[in-house]
Amino acid sequence: MTDLETFRTETRAWLDANCPPEMREAIRSDADVCWGGRRYDPSVNPAQAKWLKVMADRGWTVPDWPKEYGGGGLTAAETKVLREEMAAIRARIPLSSFGISMLGPALLKYGSEAQKLEHLPKIARGEIRWCQGYSEPNAGSDLAGLATSAEDAGDHYVVNGQKVWTSYADKADWIFCLVRTSKASKQGGISFVLFDMETPGVSTKPILLISGYSPFCETFFDNVKVPKANRVHGENKGWDVAKYLLGHEREMISGMGLASGGRNPLIEGAIATVGLDHDGRLADPVLRSQIALFEVRARAFGSMSERFIDELKAGRAHPAQPSMMKYVGTELNKDRHELMMAAGGSDALEWESEASNHGAGARAWLRTKANSIEGGTSEIQLNIIAKRILELPGA
Amino acid sequence: MPLYLNDEQTMLRDTAREFVAEHAPVSHLRSLRDADDPTGFSRDLWKQFAEMGFTGILVGEDHGGMGLGHVEAGVVLEEIGRNLSPSPFLATAVAAVEALKGSAQANAWLPRIVAGDTVAALAIDEGPKHRSSIAMKAERAGNGFRLSGTKQFVAHGHVADLLIVAARTSGRADDEGGVTMFAVPRDAAGLSATPERLTDASLAARLTFDGVMVDADAVIGEVDAGRDPLNRLLRAGRTGAAAELIGVGGGAMDMTIGYLKQRKQFGVPIGGFQALQHRAAHLYSEMEVARAAVLKAQQLLDAGSDAADEAVSVAKAMSGMATTLSVQEAVQMHGGIGMTDEYDVGFYMKRARVLAEMFGDIGFHADRLARNAGY
Repeated sequence: MTDLETFRTETRAWLDANCPPEMREAIRSDADVCWGGRRYDPSVNPAQAKWLKVMADRGWTVPDWPKEYGGGGLTAAETKVLREEMAAIRARIPLSSFGISMLGPALLKYGSEAQKLEHLPKIARGEIRWCQGYSEPNAGSDLAGLATSAEDAGDHYVVNGQKVWTSYADKADWIFCLVRTSKASKQGGISFVLFDMETPGVSTKPILLISGYSPFCETFFDNVKVPKANRVHGENKGWDVAKYLLGHEREMISGMGLASGGRNPLIEGAIATVGLDHDGRLADPVLRSQIALFEVRARAFGSMSERFIDELKAGRAHPAQPSMMKYVGTELNKDRHELMMAAGGSDALEWESEASNHGAGARAWLRTKANSIEGGTSEIQLNIIAKRILELPGA
Repeated sequence: MPLYLNDEQTMLRDTAREFVAEHAPVSHLRSLRDADDPTGFSRDLWKQFAEMGFTGILVGEDHGGMGLGHVEAGVVLEEIGRNLSPSPFLATAVAAVEALKGSAQANAWLPRIVAGDTVAALAIDEGPKHRSSIAMKAERAGNGFRLSGTKQFVAHGHVADLLIVAARTSGRADDEGGVTMFAVPRDAAGLSATPERLTDASLAARLTFDGVMVDADAVIGEVDAGRDPLNRLLRAGRTGAAAELIGVGGGAMDMTIGYLKQRKQFGVPIGGFQALQHRAAHLYSEMEVARAAVLKAQQLLDAGSDAADEAVSVAKAMSGMATTLSVQEAVQMHGGIGMTDEYDVGFYMKRARVLAEMFGDIGFHADRLARNAGY
């Protein structure tokens, strides 16, 4: 047996012994997702807490990070095997975290040794939950136009301003934040800083969305003191970090275009409401063909995601390829939820009922509309593909 | 296994890219068409394919081949697609080879295919749309079988040395069982082939089997169990057509991107206009997704995976969608010149249409996946 085959056999056995049965069921709502953080209460869902602990103990919440920062130290090939074996038993991801998907990769590339040792292990163990301070009321697609100021006050900055669309800012412990340290240059006047959300002067206000939920907040900074030691990379060099991190954010969001393993709620839902004809075909032939054509695209995108991750780990992916993944993945996810609503009919429209699980489908459908806006709109991704991959002339 | 070409596959791609672009560029297709060439491809070129070893990619070393897989065959097919090279490669060196593998006919035919001495054609389709039903009759007679019926869309069928024929030895047209595959020499008595020039200037035959007598040893595999070799043939053919499609789509896209950078209107390159940038970027995204789906199907086929069959349908349908978009965008973004016969881009549109139809179109494969998924 090759080393990789041995690793697969051992991993399979270990997962089988350690992944609780409850953690092999499909995720039904955000409440089933483990986000960790200071306010995480392990007693609410003991199986989830156990799964997080055993995986974190092995470094497998971040399998390909170095061991000294709380990772598993696995190679790209081993990481893929772990992912495949987890998918085979439909194991849930033990920890969802902007620290893992966004800040971690940026710290690994740009952070000082002290910053890595301070923050990465806590991310890996789910001890600190992070949020992202990027967008502002007047800096959306034109992100580098941000105005939140950080004034030099010797050993620290004094931060003033406002962020918006800060995902889960009201639940997060720390924030990674883009601030303006110079007005002399647009991109060249931005710094990337980290601070505790409990620092005096930080406040958040949830934004009620069309889904009826408030996953996003407005975040206000009123004379917030941030030690200079919390700046990642050089002063006025934050845009490099910001862009690198955005690539990882897009990679994460693109994953929303993937169907979760095993069951297919779109097909199952359509069969449940529309039924099958005597030939075993969905009784609504137009809906059937729409779903069938969608499924071709969704499955092809599944292969694209596999290829993208393999190329990324091998250092073979074009640096702007996350933009392509983000664009396709989010548009697909919107299509999927449009079809799920069509398949659900008027049942799916019930906003409060028990039968509709409190309008879960409708709320999820509405939530997906943000996918092609957050992390850079589809149009921004197309701009990036056109300029950086296709090398079309600048506007 | 990572989902990208390994170093050996990348080297083969570079070799194939250089060879096909040099020996069979689009101008080769154009000259054959303009000469109204009755064969539809160059036999000299086919011999050169053999000298390069391409004809033996999927043939085992015991029959003189290279013993490689569908990924490697696809690498060559993509270059054939990119250059619109008229070639019996897909039918002969991919689909027919897969049908013959492991059969009693392998010793007779595979070495000749590897040597570039034999061209094979696939007599599968019986109507204008590809279906899984097989109606053509093969009745037991004497020592062998008597074949009666018609086939169509048989690429190179008028000049092929060998026909791989799907016929029915029992049951009804729609039955899964009762199909038998035959290896029929084209000079068999009672077999007539009428070549028809298709939209893309290729030649495909309509075949009539008027009581064609074949020996019992013409059977590929087992009598009534022909779905096995037929499915092997179709999986290989579909995957190969998908690879050729992304070559066509990729070639058309490259021409389009090049044109956007060079063509000026309003004093600037039109590629600077956001309306066209977004269309080009969307097209790029679709082609990338299709390329991944095709490689996945090839790898799964090579691994002998149970998941290969569905991945093949995903690949054929997705490459059809992406390439159809590519050739449409190519003509649109080229503007008026894209509509002229003198310019090559129209050839891409025509070839894409033919390949999209071959071995089942987008709808056929989407339907097939839906049936497998229980709806």
